[in-house]
Amino acid sequence: MNLRKAKVIWEGTKAGWPICAGYFPAGLAFGVAAQKVGLSPVEIGLMSLLVFAGSTQFVAVSMLGSGTGIGPIVLTTFTINLRHVLMSSALAPYLSKLRRSWIFLFAYGVTDESFAVNASRFRSGDWDWRKAIIVNHVSNLSWVGSSILGGYVGEFVPSNAFGIDYALKAMLICLVAMQMRNRYFFIVFVISGVLAIIFCLVLPGNGYIIVASMTGATLGLVLRRDWKEDFRSGK
Amino acid sequence: MNGIANSHTIILIFFMCAVTYLPRLLPLFFLSGRRLPLWMEEWLGFIPIAILSAIITPLLIVNGDTGHVVFLNREVVVAIPTFVFALRTKSIGFTVLIGMALYWLLGRFPVLYVMKIYG
Repeated sequence: MNLRKAKVIWEGTKAGWPICAGYFPAGLAFGVAAQKVGLSPVEIGLMSLLVFAGSTQFVAVSMLGSGTGIGPIVLTTFTINLRHVLMSSALAPYLSKLRRSWIFLFAYGVTDESFAVNASRFRSGDWDWRKAIIVNHVSNLSWVGSSILGGYVGEFVPSNAFGIDYALKAMLICLVAMQMRNRYFFIVFVISGVLAIIFCLVLPGNGYIIVASMTGATLGLVLRRDWKEDFRSGK
Repeated sequence: MNGIANSHTIILIFFMCAVTYLPRLLPLFFLSGRRLPLWMEEWLGFIPIAILSAIITPLLIVNGDTGHVVFLNREVVVAIPTFVFALRTKSIGFTVLIGMALYWLLGRFPVLYVMKIYG
């Protein structure tokens, strides 16, 4: 390995390690939760490797635990991860010179966290796709490893020990906090939350997540447009 | 436990893989260089928080077994300091640990949150 390659790997790892540190306990908690609903360590590792989406995997496992079928779980997975369309769209301009084969590999590692790190580095200019791919894959390694470990340890951890049942909720709460960019995001958060409570009481299944979030985002867009108009017209 | 791998679960994992990978891949594939209309970018920008809120709020407030809306339960009481901690640190790992620890503590010493609610 030449010096330049080593430098790229080192810089990518340096930028990626805080993600690894965050993924480790979350992955462990996921492994334990998945073991509790009857997944084997092989299945847990395969899911982390192939799906690689923290919040989605927690949701899928809790749905499996309540006996939900494949259809609703896949639909929910799709809905939750539709947000990656935006992240990939935002990263696309920086990867315009990248060969197709590398794009396949890069796309696999686009997560909320790796996106946050890579997007800000790309914007500041001292970043390239090789380092970004390293960031994606060291965090993937930590996620897969810790979730398999959780799958093995799970047998020895009693259900709800150390508040493990709250791991998913705490992770979602943190992802919400990381999205609070300005007051419009707070407004969308409140609208979607209230709508979700109402719809989940009246709609069957998990349809309320899609309906509430699309309505919430649309209302946020309308409000932002209106308020900007008001601002411009001096109201 | 069902052996090493159960075919129902493997099928589920492959479908989950497909619906997670495609939204990550297709924009990179088709959009490199191009730009979305502004309103679409803004709308997509609100989608993550809208979806996360629509998932977490009923999870905290609606009781899954009874379908009752409960505003002051253990989940919500823990969610508030966990949220503040997450806003300050933006660290997923530590937020998960803090949330789990608080939830566990309130389970062991329910008097703490009973006081918070009624005090």
